[in-house]
Amino acid sequence: MDNIAGKKPALTWAVHLSVGLLVLLWVIPTLGLLVSSFRSGDQIVSSGWWDALFTQEQQMAPIRIGGAEVERDGVFVIEGRLFAGEGAVVSAWGINSREPAAFEPGAVAELGEGQTVTVQEDGAYVFTSAETTEGTRLPRIFTTAATPPEFTTRNYNTVLFSPMAGQSIFQAFMNTATVAIPATIIPILVAAFAAYALAWMEFPGRALLVAAIVGLLVVPLQLALIPLLQIHNAVGIGKGYLGIWLAHTGFGLPLAIYLLRNYMVGLPRDIIENAKVDGATDFQIFTKIILPLSFPALASFAIFQFLWTWNDLLVALVFLGTSNDQQVLTGNIVNLMGSRGGDWEILSASAFVSIAVPLVVFFSMQRFLVRGLLAGSVK
Amino acid sequence: MDQAFLALVTIVIGVGGCVGYFWASNIILDKVIFPARGLQAGRNISRANMVRPWLFLFPALLALGLYLAYPVFATAWLSLNRNIGGELAFVGFDNYRQMFGESKFWESLRNNMLWLIVVPALATAFGLLAAQLTDRIRWGNLAKSMIFMPMAISFVGASVIWKLIYDTREAGQTQIGLLNALWLQFEGGIWSVLILRVLPAVLLLAVALALLWVLWGQVRALAQGALLARVLRGAGILVGAWLAWVAVSWAWGAATADLPYGRPQFWLQIPFWNNFFLMAVLVWLQTGFAMVILSAALRGVPEDTIEAAIIDGANPFQIFFKIKVPQIMGTIVVVWTTITIVVLKVFDIVRAMTGGQQETQVLANYMYDKLFVAVDWGVGSASAMIILLLVTPILVWNVWNARKEMR
Repeated sequence: MDNIAGKKPALTWAVHLSVGLLVLLWVIPTLGLLVSSFRSGDQIVSSGWWDALFTQEQQMAPIRIGGAEVERDGVFVIEGRLFAGEGAVVSAWGINSREPAAFEPGAVAELGEGQTVTVQEDGAYVFTSAETTEGTRLPRIFTTAATPPEFTTRNYNTVLFSPMAGQSIFQAFMNTATVAIPATIIPILVAAFAAYALAWMEFPGRALLVAAIVGLLVVPLQLALIPLLQIHNAVGIGKGYLGIWLAHTGFGLPLAIYLLRNYMVGLPRDIIENAKVDGATDFQIFTKIILPLSFPALASFAIFQFLWTWNDLLVALVFLGTSNDQQVLTGNIVNLMGSRGGDWEILSASAFVSIAVPLVVFFSMQRFLVRGLLAGSVK
Repeated sequence: MDQAFLALVTIVIGVGGCVGYFWASNIILDKVIFPARGLQAGRNISRANMVRPWLFLFPALLALGLYLAYPVFATAWLSLNRNIGGELAFVGFDNYRQMFGESKFWESLRNNMLWLIVVPALATAFGLLAAQLTDRIRWGNLAKSMIFMPMAISFVGASVIWKLIYDTREAGQTQIGLLNALWLQFEGGIWSVLILRVLPAVLLLAVALALLWVLWGQVRALAQGALLARVLRGAGILVGAWLAWVAVSWAWGAATADLPYGRPQFWLQIPFWNNFFLMAVLVWLQTGFAMVILSAALRGVPEDTIEAAIIDGANPFQIFFKIKVPQIMGTIVVVWTTITIVVLKVFDIVRAMTGGQQETQVLANYMYDKLFVAVDWGVGSASAMIILLLVTPILVWNVWNARKEMR
């Protein structure tokens, strides 16, 4: 197969280039949010995230001189640094907004009334005054400076532990985990037993049941919302975790049964027949042979179901309340987008907290995910 | 902590309950109801084996029936009723009539049709492209991982990601949205013409040509087959012809449109076109899925057919379009329909990014608004039935295929 592209170097280069372009297109959106989540709010609104990766020269917000005053040789001196971080290089500075770049680094500016100020290249400044400046407003300094990339983890501290819109993301994270983990584990066993029956037991109506499950696979769950809420209210479950676990179990079953049945049908017939000859019951065959052999299929379904329940918004909106101890991550982020749509430092960090777990699951278990996809679709 | 404990207890009860049920019910069946001893041991064993499948199936069937099958009928019934003074009253098709009278419904239907055409087509096309290209380079697996990654990201997370790309600041301020920053690079010069006019026009014309090529094949096949197949084929040809016409007229529009150079755009507020900016999010999410499946299918194409084509002097493009694509057509259709189903249910993206405002409403979000914002269960259920109606052809086709496979 290699000789098709391998013969022509130009074509090989075109392939490399196109793949590179595609990958770039697909990675950049996520990268943008990731970079933004490590920048302070001021940084995010003052420059695009793509600039944050490189040293950039820009006009900085004016900084007011401040600090302890020292009397030296009859003049009052304040010394300090303009920038907290290391590595900033001042290329020009000024003392009013009309001429923000009037002076070179190292030059001395006369402020009148016997006051002078000088700013060095690294942002260190010396302010001198003939009289004490105690109780007066000190001048502001305007700078144009090149600052190296600067990142902070403060956004994550903020969103995780201080309540936004009444709820901290950490709380929402716990709620999501509370929804997702039982909703992933419970359907597996139920589905595995059913899949075994559909794959290896003979009974009338089997083909019909398989067809029905294939049909249910595509039934939009939108149809189920109101009737299920009615049932839940009538039974007394109402809105809460029990309700959403049951709902996710129901909605996940068709895919679970379908995937597992397809996998189990492919298991070697000999093993099962030998076991039967040796006197094993169906229950024993299932628990001792089928279940261990089906581990890859079980794992792929578990990943699907986990991603789906973790990322779900609609089912959570309908079957869970919106109180602090029930609102899930996705719901919380949608609320933030509505109420604090411009606060990118909060939004980006929150979104990344919600994306992190699925991404870890994805990268560590990609193999099973792919296998599951193939079993579910290419048939 | 309480809820972590609750979750743990639930897992234990759920799993324990399942195991307990299956174990106990099997014991009872074998030892109590149909004991395999005494005079009728043989008959009892075969009877037990007739009952056992249903023991295995019972919990799953109960959950499926209660959570998926029953609601379909309940929703159908609800859509024929209306809540009048706290009582459900049968009103026939009044809900549907009311819904058909709403412009917002037609807007969502039109948008859903747009989504249905654009998203599966683009996601499948990109997926096919990525699958084909990554198959023959050394870092292909890494590239695949990267393109596949959005699969793990929630629709809501993706909405945040793309909202940052579409972000807009007032003119004169630094743009922090990537799209606006790129847009402001264009000032109407030669590059602007090439990239914003010529390139889209050429791409759209290519789409139109590809459509016409497929249509020509279909027209030639029109002469054969059963009447029903010919009618369906004819309808397909008409739809395809219409799409080709739309592509051509859009190409003309792209070439001649008056573009507002130098002004930052509010991408999500441009009527009609904002739909496409929302669709981009779903294409971005679904391409990885298409790529993974199509890549497996491409690897399954028999080597000797390709070798034969090489010996016959086919070039790489001919090999791809004439040898490989026809052989994986079945898989392409599966990918296409799977994405179609995702599209029909699309809700989170619209909800999170525009809330259905500015003419971006889609059926699933329309239904949610009706059910839970306007609290109008009748019309809400009616719109849910429309979604089901749109899914039905795929449902029937899937079931038909599954039946064929079982034989």
